[in-house]
Amino acid sequence: MGQIKLNQVTKSFGDVEVIPPLDLTIEDGEFAVFVGPSGCGKSTLLRLIAGLEDCTSGDIVIDDENVTQVPPSKRGLAMVFQSYALYPHMSVRKNIAFPLRMEKMDQAEIDKKVEAAATSLNLMDYLDRKPGQLSGGQRQRVAIGRAIVRNPSAFLFDEPLSNLDAALRVGMRMEILELHAKLQTTMIYVTHDQVEAMTMADKIVVLQAGVIEQVGSPLELYRKPRNLFVAGFIGSPKMNLIGGDIAKQHGAETIGIRPEHIDVVASGGMWEGTVGVSEHLGSDTFMHVHVDGIEDSLTVRSIGDIAVKHGDKVQLTPRADEIHKFGADGLRIE
Amino acid sequence: MAIVAQHTKFSKIAWPVLAWVVALIFFFPIAYMVLTSFKTDADAVKPEFLFSFTPTLENYANMTDNYDYWRFARNSVITSVFATIFTLVVAIPCSYAMAFNPSRGTKDILMWMLSTKMLPAAAVLYPMIFMTKAAGLYDTHFLIVMVLSLINLPIAIWMLFTYFKDIPKDIIEAGQMDGLNTWGEVREILIPLAWGGIASTALLVFIFCWNEAYWTVRLTTTEAATLSKLIEGNRAPEGLFFGRLSAVSTAAVGPIVVLGWFCQKQLVQGLTFGAVK
Repeated sequence: MGQIKLNQVTKSFGDVEVIPPLDLTIEDGEFAVFVGPSGCGKSTLLRLIAGLEDCTSGDIVIDDENVTQVPPSKRGLAMVFQSYALYPHMSVRKNIAFPLRMEKMDQAEIDKKVEAAATSLNLMDYLDRKPGQLSGGQRQRVAIGRAIVRNPSAFLFDEPLSNLDAALRVGMRMEILELHAKLQTTMIYVTHDQVEAMTMADKIVVLQAGVIEQVGSPLELYRKPRNLFVAGFIGSPKMNLIGGDIAKQHGAETIGIRPEHIDVVASGGMWEGTVGVSEHLGSDTFMHVHVDGIEDSLTVRSIGDIAVKHGDKVQLTPRADEIHKFGADGLRIE
Repeated sequence: MAIVAQHTKFSKIAWPVLAWVVALIFFFPIAYMVLTSFKTDADAVKPEFLFSFTPTLENYANMTDNYDYWRFARNSVITSVFATIFTLVVAIPCSYAMAFNPSRGTKDILMWMLSTKMLPAAAVLYPMIFMTKAAGLYDTHFLIVMVLSLINLPIAIWMLFTYFKDIPKDIIEAGQMDGLNTWGEVREILIPLAWGGIASTALLVFIFCWNEAYWTVRLTTTEAATLSKLIEGNRAPEGLFFGRLSAVSTAAVGPIVVLGWFCQKQLVQGLTFGAVK
């Protein structure tokens, strides 16, 4: 079990309120990702759930038990830190065994669990090394091993992959997802990387300045962003946001159209523009097109390699049913 | 290139020579003291006998026979050891709290602690003597242990605070998640990780306790008198007993010099407050 509920939780540091009153429920077995720009309060929120920070007010309820005043060690949660936070003076074996030793578990039982965790994480050859002798990816695996042996009701990940290089990050992402599929345990994952959020989450919680902007599945957020912030934050490359007369024609203050929803047509396009920089990825082509009457250049994504170069004229047509409309208050208009 | 080469060649010779000169200047009084301790009182006052004299152990024999050197030495060991332990017992939790749970006042508290070292000791000498006599603590081991601890606490807390600050807070928090209470954090994580820093702090505090003279001389007579008191007791205004005084001094500083010699590396680390790693 691992249902986590936040009821009207707030957090202030001195006079600064970093989390205004906030409600959130994470269901048992869910993979929830907190995402937002740096300083949005996502790590603070995770630390409040962990118990490493005290709530200024409100309640945290895990499996129907109010744990607001319960110390971190008694909440039944395991955390994986960005810096790995391994005990540098202990071998890998002792690091993984540590939480079990704290539970005063029988030594034979500890050995069995450590070996099982080490086998599943490919750490058997490193059990007697110190963390300092391991690579970044191996250290992160040890940190995960230390978390899984406890059999926690939920895992908390605080930007666990930010210290790894890009290739390793993709690999570890898959490992964490497989772990989730295998264990079916609640996981809360904090990241500033929206691609990580989109690829991993069952439920994404988008935060800005301590406020939840939207909660939903990755595709809900992609298809129906609740406001301009979510619209601009989710999706890569970013959604094109267009104001002025063009938006007015659609009865909105701002309209948004994703790069993949603008088609390049041979003639009779809605907009004509001049190609600026274009990025050829092979599988896709990203064009940055200047259109008269639109302030910022439009990003257009086309499948395959399109033969365009700087200065070419192109005709563009946005797909009518993929245009997102936003009012003056920044909220979505249906 | 030639100029640079010449310059480095010069530095390679000049700096070691300078270092040796400075070291010899510092070492000279100690060497003089040790040499004098093997001279008779008569020879000791004659400069022409600086190096050429007939060595004698008379002063050392005299010291153990007449002055009960071992009692003073025992008191020095007891007070220094217990004061060092007590200092660490108070300073470790104190520095832990300030390093990992700092509040707005932490910096001010640290400065205030340091400021107590700026108070002239003489200002509180008479109140201390009257109060300790009234409380029946004068000339007791307990009093000396307390006084030595209090004198050294600020420096010990500062040193340990600096070492503890170097330990990432994440590791302590990982410990909290893994089931440690506060005492567990100190025992399982803090002490093992800061072991080098704690050892050099302990060593330095021990040396300061051993060498302390101002309070140990004035707050003791016989029962709790340390080696500093023995040296003080052998000081004669006429200056006729230089040999004997030197022997006492050599025997007093000997153990600590030997200890310091063996722990040089730790000491240098301690004195630079963790700045050199």
